[in-house]
Amino acid sequence: MEKKNYTVSVYTENNLGLLSRIAAIFLKRHINIESITVSQSEVHEVMRFIIIVEVTEEQVKKIVGQIEKQIEVIKAFYHKDEELIYQETALYKVRSSDFVEDFDIQSFIKKTNARIVTVSPNFFVIEKTGERHETESLYEKLKPYGLMQFVRSGTIAVSKNEMPISELLEKFNTSNTIQ
Amino acid sequence: MEVKTAGFKEVSTAETLKVSGAEAVIKSLLAEGVEVMYGYPGGAIMPVYDEIFKYKGQIEHVLTRHEQGAAHAAQGYARVTGKVGVAIATSGPGATNLITGIADAHIDSTPMVCITGQVGSHLLGSDAFQEIDIVGLSTPITKWNYQITKASEIPEVLARAFYIARSGRPGPVLIDITKDAQFESLDFSYKKCSGIRSYTPYPEVNLLQVERAAQAINNAKKPMIVFGQGVILGSAEKLLKEVVEKTGIPAAWTILGLSALETDHPLNVGMVGMHGNYAPNILTNECDVLIAIGMRFDDRVTGDLNTYAKQATIIHFEIDPAEVNKNVHAHIPVLGDVKQTLKLLLEFLQPKSHDQWHNKFRELHSTEYEKIIKNDLSASEGKIKMAEVLDEINTVSKGDAIIVSDVGQHQMVACRYAKFNSSRSNVTSGGLGTMGFALPAAIGAKMGSPNRQVVAIIGDGGFQMTLQELATIYQMNVPVKIVVLNNNFLGMVRQWQQMFFEKRYASTEMVNPDFTGIAKAYHLTTRKISERSNLQEAVQEMLASDKPFFLEVEVEKEECVFPMITTGASVSDIRLE
Ligand SMILES: Cc1ncc(C[n+]2csc(CCOP(=O)(O)OP(=O)(O)O)c2C)c(N)n1
Repeated sequence: MEKKNYTVSVYTENNLGLLSRIAAIFLKRHINIESITVSQSEVHEVMRFIIIVEVTEEQVKKIVGQIEKQIEVIKAFYHKDEELIYQETALYKVRSSDFVEDFDIQSFIKKTNARIVTVSPNFFVIEKTGERHETESLYEKLKPYGLMQFVRSGTIAVSKNEMPISELLEKFNTSNTIQ
Repeated sequence: MEVKTAGFKEVSTAETLKVSGAEAVIKSLLAEGVEVMYGYPGGAIMPVYDEIFKYKGQIEHVLTRHEQGAAHAAQGYARVTGKVGVAIATSGPGATNLITGIADAHIDSTPMVCITGQVGSHLLGSDAFQEIDIVGLSTPITKWNYQITKASEIPEVLARAFYIARSGRPGPVLIDITKDAQFESLDFSYKKCSGIRSYTPYPEVNLLQVERAAQAINNAKKPMIVFGQGVILGSAEKLLKEVVEKTGIPAAWTILGLSALETDHPLNVGMVGMHGNYAPNILTNECDVLIAIGMRFDDRVTGDLNTYAKQATIIHFEIDPAEVNKNVHAHIPVLGDVKQTLKLLLEFLQPKSHDQWHNKFRELHSTEYEKIIKNDLSASEGKIKMAEVLDEINTVSKGDAIIVSDVGQHQMVACRYAKFNSSRSNVTSGGLGTMGFALPAAIGAKMGSPNRQVVAIIGDGGFQMTLQELATIYQMNVPVKIVVLNNNFLGMVRQWQQMFFEKRYASTEMVNPDFTGIAKAYHLTTRKISERSNLQEAVQEMLASDKPFFLEVEVEKEECVFPMITTGASVSDIRLE
């Protein structure tokens, strides 16, 4: 089966140690995590992990099964790229002297909707949010100038379809089954 | 309070009471109905031990001689009773010594709560004396774990620990408690946990899937059941039997499913897997519908996956969604507690008998009997064979004993030959294959089931991994029967060396101590035999004794266990020699 980019979304209780529990699931199967982001979610006190991996669909299904099995995981999903709206942010730090005089690059930055965040006598910080190929092409463009620093965030994504987390939690609160 | 209460359901309220964290631990255990725990003291857990002293008479503590022994004893107790086993240890080395037992319980789905002491919370992260990140270490081998740093968390966290350990697919939980939390006082009230919002222990049953399964079973011409420990964990033994009897389907078992259906049941066709029986392994690749019940298609069961039951429609009754399609694709997965799903299934099943299909099993069984079983059981010359010992135990115990086996050739022989009339009678380390498991597990098994005969079957290698527990047996006067089958080899490894490494016996031959001398030094009644003519009488003497008894049997040195599916081979390529 063909390997592809999959986005694993995990809704969890905010619990110490869950990150290592989840990471261990990937480690045990020799699966490299391309990026991971943890933040609060739309639900009060519920966290959301966004994990990007390049695996086969069969693998990602099994991983999601294992993740969902963890006690503090409320729900885990996986999505293909086309099912998501996703973005990454990159920061580029460049030397002011290399830059100020170059109108070519300045207009490129404007064209790509990148933003100059900081200007100082010594350096500029440029920010670009977009898909991977967009942050990448700016990287290629700026590289000849000698990037002082470069960093890119993990992918963050929201799904096109609904994520019924609140309903799920509501169901728990109203069901009386005691087993 | 730091613990979030949103998302947890609790039942029963008690009045509050000011107690120390350490006392709260004991009170929580009592509230969970814990009668016995196995453990070993040390600095970071001393406040709890002080309470164990004060609560003497209400809760029993068994001092094992190694924390690994404590964990295995708790497992043995859990396996025969179905209750949560409890092990307790100090921080650092005490905690790390539990690891093997926790891993074993994890892979064999055994409900267990381990409590470890931890250095004071002000010292956490400072590499203090005996500080070990046991929560980090145990993460991949626990169903859940948690570090308590405030006394007020104790009742709620322990309630959750027991709930998680026993519900759904059971497993081990570790709770680490800092020393200051044990000293600190709290207002104690205990509420049992009955639900956690992020945790679904029992998946909802889809009736449609049950019906689909029933239809496939009703239409099958050559169906076969393979059941695992899920049947025992779900207390569904009676239902399994009803399914088997109503449909007339031959039923085989995995090593951990053993004893869920009595050995002598006419529809019980034996063990699947590496050293399982000939017929069920071969016919796995001939059946038209394979009904897997509470088993997880371990590689020791399936052999080569690419040639495993490819012709069959696979129905998988399973409580853990992560097990479905993990190793073998299930055409009809039926998620849920087998106690529920089998009950529903029964309604839809049609009575059948499958006589011709049974003849196939019988034919293949007679091949195995002629080629292997007969020789195993009725040799008249040479050293005693392992199977003969099991056979003799069967005769005397009439299949009513609990058999606790260690790991190696003797384990395979025990599982192949031991007879069982009732469930929860076979205790062995299946998934992890932990040598040293049996002796301490037998202690827990006997304490959990004091009215039954408990016989530990152990190799001369494995015995030496946890033999210090003989002291526990003596001190607590636990009347277990210990059989060491001595071949002066790490037999199972030697067998592989014989078969796959041209008899290069690298570090498998052992120069052994005087085993009965050791057992005597621990004040046990002992006996050693090497002649076949003494076997019957020795087993009778052992089983008649109401005290702990140690029997060493000198067995054939270079015996091999057959049948065998060699690694990477297909189940149907099972070898008879
Ligand atoms: C803790 C541990 N170490 C190593 C092994 C690998 N191993 C599996 S079977 C076996 C030999 C067991 O020898 P013995 O206890 O004498 O039993 P026998 O096979 O001779 O019946 C070994 C070393 C293991 N299963 N567990």
